[in-house]
Amino acid sequence: MALTSPASSPGAAGAFRVPFRHRHLLGISQLNQYEIVELLDRAAAMIPVSRQPRKTLPTLSGKTQINLFFEPSTRTQSSFEIAGKRLGAQVTNMSVRTSSVSKGETLIDTAATLNAMQPDVIIVRHGSSGAVELLSQKVGCSVINAGDGAHEHPTQALLDALTIRQHKGDLAGLTVAICGDIANSRVARSNLLLLGAMNVRTRVVAPRTLLPRGVEALATEVFTDMREGLAGADVVMMLRLQHERASGRMIPSVREYYRFYGLDEEKLGYAKPDAIVMHPGPMNRGVEIDPAIADGPRSVITEQVEMGVAVRMAVLDLLLADREVAQ
Amino acid sequence: MTAPIVIANARVIDPATGRDAPGAVLVENGRIAGIAEGAPQGVPDGATRIDARGLVVAPGLIDMRVFTGEPGHEYRETLASAADAAAAGGVTSFVLMPDTTPVIDDGALVDFILRRAEAKASVNILPAAALTRGLRGEEITEYGLLQEAGAVALTDGRASIQSAGLLRAAFSYARNFDMPVIHQPAERSLIGDGVMNEGLLASVSGLKGIPVEAETIPLARDLQLAALTDVRYHAAQISTGAAIELMAAARRRSDRISAGVSINNLSLNENDVAPYRTFFRLSPPLRAEDDRRAVIDGLNSGAIDTIHSAHDPQDSEVKRQPFAEASDGAIGLETLLAAALRLVHSGDVPLLTILRAMTSRPAEILGLHSGRLAVGAPADLIVFDPDYPWVVTESSFRSRSRNTVFEGARMQGAVMHTYVAGRPVFSHSATREGAAP
Repeated sequence: MALTSPASSPGAAGAFRVPFRHRHLLGISQLNQYEIVELLDRAAAMIPVSRQPRKTLPTLSGKTQINLFFEPSTRTQSSFEIAGKRLGAQVTNMSVRTSSVSKGETLIDTAATLNAMQPDVIIVRHGSSGAVELLSQKVGCSVINAGDGAHEHPTQALLDALTIRQHKGDLAGLTVAICGDIANSRVARSNLLLLGAMNVRTRVVAPRTLLPRGVEALATEVFTDMREGLAGADVVMMLRLQHERASGRMIPSVREYYRFYGLDEEKLGYAKPDAIVMHPGPMNRGVEIDPAIADGPRSVITEQVEMGVAVRMAVLDLLLADREVAQ
Repeated sequence: MTAPIVIANARVIDPATGRDAPGAVLVENGRIAGIAEGAPQGVPDGATRIDARGLVVAPGLIDMRVFTGEPGHEYRETLASAADAAAAGGVTSFVLMPDTTPVIDDGALVDFILRRAEAKASVNILPAAALTRGLRGEEITEYGLLQEAGAVALTDGRASIQSAGLLRAAFSYARNFDMPVIHQPAERSLIGDGVMNEGLLASVSGLKGIPVEAETIPLARDLQLAALTDVRYHAAQISTGAAIELMAAARRRSDRISAGVSINNLSLNENDVAPYRTFFRLSPPLRAEDDRRAVIDGLNSGAIDTIHSAHDPQDSEVKRQPFAEASDGAIGLETLLAAALRLVHSGDVPLLTILRAMTSRPAEILGLHSGRLAVGAPADLIVFDPDYPWVVTESSFRSRSRNTVFEGARMQGAVMHTYVAGRPVFSHSATREGAAP
């Protein structure tokens, strides 16, 4: 059965809220099943806000949000920016190229500098696993992980779960196949943690060279053959292949990868007839996915982007607005 | 369709089942249609009858290591000339090494080889594809596409991959498609400029030696990576007693690993190199007699699975050189069975064991239906006289190259008939008339 939290209207002052015990959102691993459901419920309630003509709520008015991206990102950074602005926060974007990080300042120096500006939340993406957690220890405000190395990308997993829920209702009992570069993917790790906590049957499908050691303990089932891995799946989640990095070592070529691990009509035919296709973006069309599928009727890829804003609004709201109440 | 054939009054040996009894074999439509004990039964009208009194009928040999010069060096050997040599030696299938120009590292080239073989070759040619692009040991090739094109195995042929990291990736990726990987363990930094077995003989001869450790260190690495990745691993060529020990230990833990030995390392030792005879310059080098004995013991104990010819045609240009400057390699398809039978006649290895290492074991490793006498299996057969005496003369070879290590050797045992899919592809009386002693 679905776990539901008390209905809450977003931003309505005085409405009952389950206290959120975390100051930061660093990973799905810190969340239990109830907290995940709470976040998804709140995100679902945020969806209509972005669909109405005046897309604003006042809950974060007067708050300062800094987006600190050490890796280039268009989608995630703008999603967090829009989410903050729709809740009324002041949002500043800092990308690595314009910051003093490129001049040799350490991560901790940067944290101390930003902390002195009294922000309320810092959204961080960094190429090194664990870097976001390290930064969170050095600041007085909330920190949201927008992706650290090959470790976690919690808001991506939440938006994926919200998208699945929109299409499939209850998560429990579904079969989700995550396909591609599992070894180097933070999206895969966060999704496996979240879906695992929600009693979803998880499968990973990849060539052995792209499967991390011990993956059997993270996923319900492991496949190296796409047809077997997709058979009967409700959701097919494709991952981006960093083919420039993998070529020659982990996979021989893009054409072979596409032939055996790219999602095309033939392979998708093994999934359930009503299976949905997801991708965290940005896509390599013709590498991990056939363009006709990416843009086809079973693709929910653009919807994932919309759910991303709702999920990030919910996370910001939960971390910041509730905090004020608690204080 | 060729007419049915009945091979009667034979000693029928099937190493896969251990059968060794008088009987007959019936061939119809390219397949084995029946195996009878004693007199043949149910012989169809019009069948060609071969009286094999005093002869052995056995599955055709499967040679896991053959080099040719096609494409690129056709003057050394073509697919057709290698196949003719194979047929004369009782080899009905061979694994073709990818060391050609260009290297067989692309599905289109595998397809080319299969088409050429289909059109020109009298025996089954099984292309092995390169494990790394250009045999350079740097980037893995497209194993899935190569398998779809018809490659039976992956190997870098003469080359040995030096990077453990790349080897791990190659093994791991090959496991996706469950393709066998054939790899020659050879540590380049220990081989250096070595040209023969390291030891007193090399020192006295003033030739640089190749230590046993150049084989055992990379073999130990390969076996650990095979265990880690669960790949089907075949050590291409083992030449030392120390390597046999490593294989025996690993075999106790896994049945997905196997090893081969060249007939040269089974038949000869470093003393044969003595007068700087470049035809005896081989890779791995001919080792000490103790190593040769240990390899024979390994064959008997099961630590070694297969015997191959390591047929490697080289022209006189690269062989008639000072020893240290000559190329490695010797031809061997036409002498494989006779040289192997020497070990039977000397009492070192039972006939069934010798034949198993050239028929059913390679078939199992490569996943072939041939290599056994079973009803329905392809009629790839040989009829041989285990005692026929002859002398090896290079002028009688069908191979385009002449670099044999057995020139002038007295052999006991010769192939009389070879059949591929029921078609006669070699007959001793028809082709070697007058050449016999």
